[in-house]
Amino acid sequence: MDSPILSITGIDKSFPGVKALDNACLNVYSGKVMALMGENGAGKSTLMKVLTGIYTKDKGRIEFEGKEQYFTHPRASQHAGISIIHQELNLIPELTIAENIFLGREKTGLLGKIKWSEMYKEADELLARLNIKHKSNQLVGALSIGEQQMVEIAKALSFDSKVIIMDEPTDALTDTETEYLFKVINELKAQNCGIVYISHRLKEIFEICDKVTVLRDGKFIQQAEVADIDEDRLIEMMVGRRLEEQYPRIERPLGDKTLEVAHLSGKAVHDVNFTLHEGEILGISGLMGAGRTELMKMIYGALPYTSGEIKLKGKKLDIHHPSQGLKAGIAYISEDRKKDGLVLDLSVKENMTLCSLNYFTNAWGIKYKDEIQAVEDYIQLFNIKTPTYNKIIGELSGGNQQKVAIAKGLLTRPNILILDEPTRGVDVGAKKEIYELINKFKQDGLSIILVSSDMPEVLGISDRILVMHEGEISGEFDIKDANQEKLMACAVGKVPTQYIDNH
Amino acid sequence: MFNSKILSKAWLMEQKSLIALIILIMVVSFINPHFFTFNNVSNILRQTSVNAIIAVGMTIVILTAGIDLSVGSILALCGAFAASMIGLELPVLVTVLITLVGGALLGSVTGFVVSKGKVQPFIATLVAMVLLRGITMVYTDGRPISTGFTDVADSFAWFGTGYLFGLPVPIWIMAVVFAGAWYLLHHTRFGRYVYAIGGNEEATKLSGINIDRVKMGVYAIAGVLSALAGIIVTSRLSSAQPTAGAGYELDAIAAVVVGGTSLMGGSGRVMGTLIGALIIGFLNNALNLLDVSSYYQMIAKAIVILLAVLVDTKSK
Repeated sequence: MDSPILSITGIDKSFPGVKALDNACLNVYSGKVMALMGENGAGKSTLMKVLTGIYTKDKGRIEFEGKEQYFTHPRASQHAGISIIHQELNLIPELTIAENIFLGREKTGLLGKIKWSEMYKEADELLARLNIKHKSNQLVGALSIGEQQMVEIAKALSFDSKVIIMDEPTDALTDTETEYLFKVINELKAQNCGIVYISHRLKEIFEICDKVTVLRDGKFIQQAEVADIDEDRLIEMMVGRRLEEQYPRIERPLGDKTLEVAHLSGKAVHDVNFTLHEGEILGISGLMGAGRTELMKMIYGALPYTSGEIKLKGKKLDIHHPSQGLKAGIAYISEDRKKDGLVLDLSVKENMTLCSLNYFTNAWGIKYKDEIQAVEDYIQLFNIKTPTYNKIIGELSGGNQQKVAIAKGLLTRPNILILDEPTRGVDVGAKKEIYELINKFKQDGLSIILVSSDMPEVLGISDRILVMHEGEISGEFDIKDANQEKLMACAVGKVPTQYIDNH
Repeated sequence: MFNSKILSKAWLMEQKSLIALIILIMVVSFINPHFFTFNNVSNILRQTSVNAIIAVGMTIVILTAGIDLSVGSILALCGAFAASMIGLELPVLVTVLITLVGGALLGSVTGFVVSKGKVQPFIATLVAMVLLRGITMVYTDGRPISTGFTDVADSFAWFGTGYLFGLPVPIWIMAVVFAGAWYLLHHTRFGRYVYAIGGNEEATKLSGINIDRVKMGVYAIAGVLSALAGIIVTSRLSSAQPTAGAGYELDAIAAVVVGGTSLMGGSGRVMGTLIGALIIGFLNNALNLLDVSSYYQMIAKAIVILLAVLVDTKSK
């Protein structure tokens, strides 16, 4: 076997309270695509951040082109020839493609004047090398996400990168764009680039990768040739246990109808119909951008809808503001804790009661004793790991933040709980605790909508599943009839009629 | 428990502006024995009260990640109206109430432009600052308005020059304002929402809170407090100056920043602002006592503000 161009061995990295990496290893070979697999929280991103110098390692060795290297800053690793394309692209929409590619290292002449023509020419050549049809003087903001990703790859090439790391590159891409990305990856392979490919999508691993490295709970599990393994074996390596254990399921008779959505349309949502019952977990599957979050926000009152109606227990709702949704008994837990889910600079307590302060106030103001009591009850009930209720929530782990977010919704005493990607960025242990909580709410008769891109999760705990594609419901399945292939087919809009379950 | 809390480093960092104030007082008292006398301190507190009262409103606005540049102009316009009303021999209480309500209205209009109009607070309040100053100039014709020599004017003068239990009235007003603001921020839903909006406006909105109403309330409070400051200034001078309050917005912002409130919103305490205002007030007085020219005083003030901000950023 060739010797690797990049070899990372025995990396340890601890954060207060967590050992994120524990003897993690990764080898990258020139002209090969190495898949880096693992569940959320397995340490993939942390390992990449250690490699590119965003975090400093506690222990371990990074060897690049035969020499031990210490990268203290992302720019250092980039100049050495290791580029990373993050899940969230780091481009400035208001600048042109060329300006983005050469940001921070513009070619300048006398008196610092930028040599525009030279820069655009070079950028055009890079784009041509990747077969991109755009001119480099176009604004990045006008490009699609897939095209922007290509710009990131062009940027990586402009550094003469020998190793390119792609973190979940296809998450936001359409099928055509994904196909195109694979073509580019093959070209990069031909040009002897070493590629690290991080993805959750098993299919892609078998399609584009040569080798695979699996991490679990920060530990190196195994390196294997993709040709030698199959999906089941890969899942086993990643999860380290059988799937059934991860998704506890409880059975309970279905209650009355609670929510009825009829012909609901609005921005990114077209003619959506569904019903929800007491004590039911309704999974909503689909790809990113399918309109799931928009639909949920319309039901909650955070986004306007243009036509259709929403009925709660037979009564028509007229909701235009989240406060009205809350009043009607609908609670929505955002998919994006950082952006619109939590106030990260406030304490656990202040976040948890933000929607429900009306229950803790009298004419004189907030009744602290009642508030603290309620918060402490939930900290205990949800097993939230925080030293005190006064802890700033931004300092807690993702799983504990999510539990606070769910408690925040429950404190409003809802009948309908909408959980949008409740386990995103949550570690494996906390995930299971969250599933157990969701099951408990179901037992208590709450109606639950679970929006999730994680198909095993949707299949694991839902009673019924809706799939969305481009703003429409493209499939509805009872859990007994659902499987990953059917959901995926509906999610991408290829709907063989026999998959649609009419009932 | 109590002991370890006092000694902990975090606690010390949190009280750094208070510690700075105490050190300032100790050093200057050592150099000049006239500094820390009852009369001088009472004098400093009275002088500080106008800035401190405005700074309370500024703190609340800044906590929502906003800014209010119009406070000085509201002070001048409300002061001018108050002087006119006293000149017309309206009862003092009526004059004060109308003036305060006027300040609240002016503030809520700015707040409306910021929240519903989605205009950046800096721009909206800059417009209000220039506009209201212009209106003040037109209204006063550029000349001071005297409150007159009536009995009503004499009783109105109590707000600026009177004494209560041995202390100047403005100090009592300042104390009440700070106590009220502390209660509002830490014991009411409104206060909680102020912090939440400053921390993450989107999340607060999605939590079902009417953020437009909170924002309008915040600017209305800044307006009321500016009008209150206008009453004190007008009362003390027995006349309203058309240029009164010019530049006060910057003094107020300085007090807020020295007091440790973040201009990004979401974190800070109103008691920090009190200490910030006092540091600036004590420093000015100390430099006066030490015969430092007012030109150097500006430089000293700038250095203090810079130091406060640097220490604040370092400790985060």
